[in-house]
Amino acid sequence: MKEQLQKDFDNSIKNLSLSQKDIEIKKFCLDNFINKGFPNKKEEDWKFSDLNQIIKNNIGELSFYNDQTSTNKVDTSVFVDGLEHNKIVFINGRIEKIDFEYEKKDQIEIIDQSETINEFKNSNSLSDLNNAFTNKCFKILVKKGYQLVKPLIIYHTTNSKIWSKNINLRLNFELDKDSSLRLIDLFNDTSEKNFLNIFYNFELKENAVLKNYKVDKFENKNIKYSFNNIDQDKNSISETFILSSGSNFSKNEINCNLNGVYASAFVNGVFSLNNRKHHEIRSIINHLTENTKSYQLIKSVLEQSSKAVYQGKIFVNSDAQKTDGYQLSKAILLNKESEFNAKPELEIYADDVKCSHGSASGSLNEDSIFYLMSRGLSYQQSRELLINGFLLDVVEKITDSEIKNLIKNMIGIKE
Amino acid sequence: MDNRQKEINNLKDYKYGFSTDIENIQAPKGLNEDVIKFISNIKKEPAWMLEFRLKAFERFKVLKEPDWQKPKFPKIDYQDLYYYSAPKSMKDKPKSLDELDPKLLETYKKLGIPLQEQARLNGIAVDAVFDSVSVATTFKDELTKQGIIFCPISEAIQNHPELVKKYLGSVIPTSDHFFATLNSAVFTDGSFVYIPEGVRCPMELSTYFRINASNTGQFERTLIIADKGSYVSYLEGCTAPMRDENQLHAANVELIALDDAEIKYSTVQNWYPGDQDGKGGIYNFVTKRGLCKGKNSKISWTQVETGSAITWKYPSCILKGDNSVGEFYSIAITNNHQKADTGTKMIHLGKNTKSKIISKGISAGCSDMTYRGLVDISSKAKNSTNYTQCDSLLMGNKCGAHTVPYIKNKNSESNIAHEATTSKISEEQLHYCQQRGLNPEEAVGLIVNGFCKEVLQQLPMEFAVEAQKLVGISLEGSVG
Repeated sequence: MKEQLQKDFDNSIKNLSLSQKDIEIKKFCLDNFINKGFPNKKEEDWKFSDLNQIIKNNIGELSFYNDQTSTNKVDTSVFVDGLEHNKIVFINGRIEKIDFEYEKKDQIEIIDQSETINEFKNSNSLSDLNNAFTNKCFKILVKKGYQLVKPLIIYHTTNSKIWSKNINLRLNFELDKDSSLRLIDLFNDTSEKNFLNIFYNFELKENAVLKNYKVDKFENKNIKYSFNNIDQDKNSISETFILSSGSNFSKNEINCNLNGVYASAFVNGVFSLNNRKHHEIRSIINHLTENTKSYQLIKSVLEQSSKAVYQGKIFVNSDAQKTDGYQLSKAILLNKESEFNAKPELEIYADDVKCSHGSASGSLNEDSIFYLMSRGLSYQQSRELLINGFLLDVVEKITDSEIKNLIKNMIGIKE
Repeated sequence: MDNRQKEINNLKDYKYGFSTDIENIQAPKGLNEDVIKFISNIKKEPAWMLEFRLKAFERFKVLKEPDWQKPKFPKIDYQDLYYYSAPKSMKDKPKSLDELDPKLLETYKKLGIPLQEQARLNGIAVDAVFDSVSVATTFKDELTKQGIIFCPISEAIQNHPELVKKYLGSVIPTSDHFFATLNSAVFTDGSFVYIPEGVRCPMELSTYFRINASNTGQFERTLIIADKGSYVSYLEGCTAPMRDENQLHAANVELIALDDAEIKYSTVQNWYPGDQDGKGGIYNFVTKRGLCKGKNSKISWTQVETGSAITWKYPSCILKGDNSVGEFYSIAITNNHQKADTGTKMIHLGKNTKSKIISKGISAGCSDMTYRGLVDISSKAKNSTNYTQCDSLLMGNKCGAHTVPYIKNKNSESNIAHEATTSKISEEQLHYCQQRGLNPEEAVGLIVNGFCKEVLQQLPMEFAVEAQKLVGISLEGSVG
């Protein structure tokens, strides 16, 4: 893999007009990645999902160089109907379109940051890989007091014209004071067996509100890793919803730093898996100052030898008195071979806090099925009704009604 | 303050802080094959036992000290320890209690276990361990009548080799982790219990451990076998004299429950936790593992951990037999600079297996408490259930309380439920108690005892009283 990395790295550097310093940083990151390799189960954070092994078994040898000089045709059929929205379109890792047609142009700034690489703070080897190979990096700045009229949908599309086996993406967002953004990530993959490595960085200033919905719904054979870093100032709110369903393997990581008082973070997730899929959500909520709040709810329905993993951590600093932290994960195993692993972790250094977590996994409640069947429903109907209700619980947590309906329609959950 | 005065003050703080002056036989310092042969020789062990030790030592040589745990400690120089020390007067074993070294008896008295009296009045058979060698075993006759074997393990190796050979290392093999393997190589003594088929042990079996000689690692090995349909309740309690240097204690405890058998294992651990600045104290790195081998068997661990500078142990149950039950009840209290990383592992292999985990952690001062546990339901363990509850109480903002559960469910017919909370003692509760005339310390003691009640209830009577007092003593000075 080493030679391939070096070769592809040299190729991608050639096409970029970077300063010597930037190249040096990229080189450094590449060397880091070469040293560490893909994360494996010996690392605590990857204990339940051995990415190294998964990539080996599913993809084999990776290639990393993406020629981004030519444009891809934007396929408008993937766009969401019935909801007016702003768009960012990634096709095969290349940013094709940034379109804020519904917004005031002077309130949103799109800054090309490709030439000043800022590394990620908590880095694993995948962030090194990302740092080394990302070639376009934009920062989207929502200015003070501006609240986007329409949601922003980021389309992640891959197709058969994909250049290499690995795509690295990076986007930065800054939400200035009193601003707000609704953001949907929509994955639409028709490529086979690629590794997508996506890093987002959010900076939320005072009173800013971020709502991020990640929807991975469509069946595909890709392996995805997505990392969201969210830094939150005073009074800011972040809401993250993850629908984890379509890809063969997917790991979503949310790292949330509650830096300002009264900041709050919500992480909700749904795993709906079948067909030997293996998905993971790992969340780290760092309560760094007093009066911060976090709430997490993860539910999984696991069919046909699928495997879901939830690793959630609530960290409470010794200064973070009056913290309120809550975490709940529930799983229904529908098949003998399915598997649910959880590691809900609390690390607490302050005494005046209210922190709790719960985790439960098991089969569908036979009594409930019996109850429904005694009322005339078939076994299949009862089962569907129960699962529907089980998942609806999480979807109902979505605070934006427009998007809630959109997501409900997408995954076919009835009220 | 001069040194002498300091020492006296330290002694005052630690209730059991004294050491008895008895000449020791010691193995040469360090760890090598000769030392292991020396230990084996002095114990007059058969060849297969020496082989067992050497095999473990071979394995130990390639193992690395684990470093994933939360409480970090300075590197231990394993070549700088004495691996064997025995009271000299033990060379020829006394036949009865009266023949015991009066100094030894004195030590026990200070510890609150006058052997003869306790034996007679309480109906408890005491196998007192003093510096790695069992010195007296009481009530042997009565137990022998029922066919129960309760003796030091070194005696069992000689008198019941077939049992020891069959079960020793069957739950904690010589190829286990670092500290367990170290123990397998150099263990000096411990208790051996065998309850024959269908026998309900008429009394609580109890051992008091005592670490005495400076610079001696304690390597106890306990093996309890409950044959079909039998029942035994075993108590283990520990206090240690104070030392300035950290002392290593790496014991191994193996429990085996055959069909329909039940083993209840209770521990009260109050070893020297170090002084108020965190200096000194015992390292308690114990491996405890129970195997529910037979159908309908049950193993229950209860522990009250108040002592030691660092406690690092996970009493575990392997639920192999169908319908077997594993339980874990724990109170861990840390104060000053104590650190505890404790919890349990419940490994469900058989059908219809059940496990229950109740863990209460209390941290005060500058201490750190971690619950770390594993619940693993394998794909064959149909219809199994687990319930876990771990609550932590924090006192002051310099301490930490952490929960790290690992939950693995590979069976769709099994259920796992896990709950954890972290909180502090509410002002209202304190106010209410104080209003009724309790001083703050008493109030905290009362509330904490209530918090721990679920676990304290599981202890046998004699222990419950002691443990309740211990909870209060451990938290002294943490309020206000």
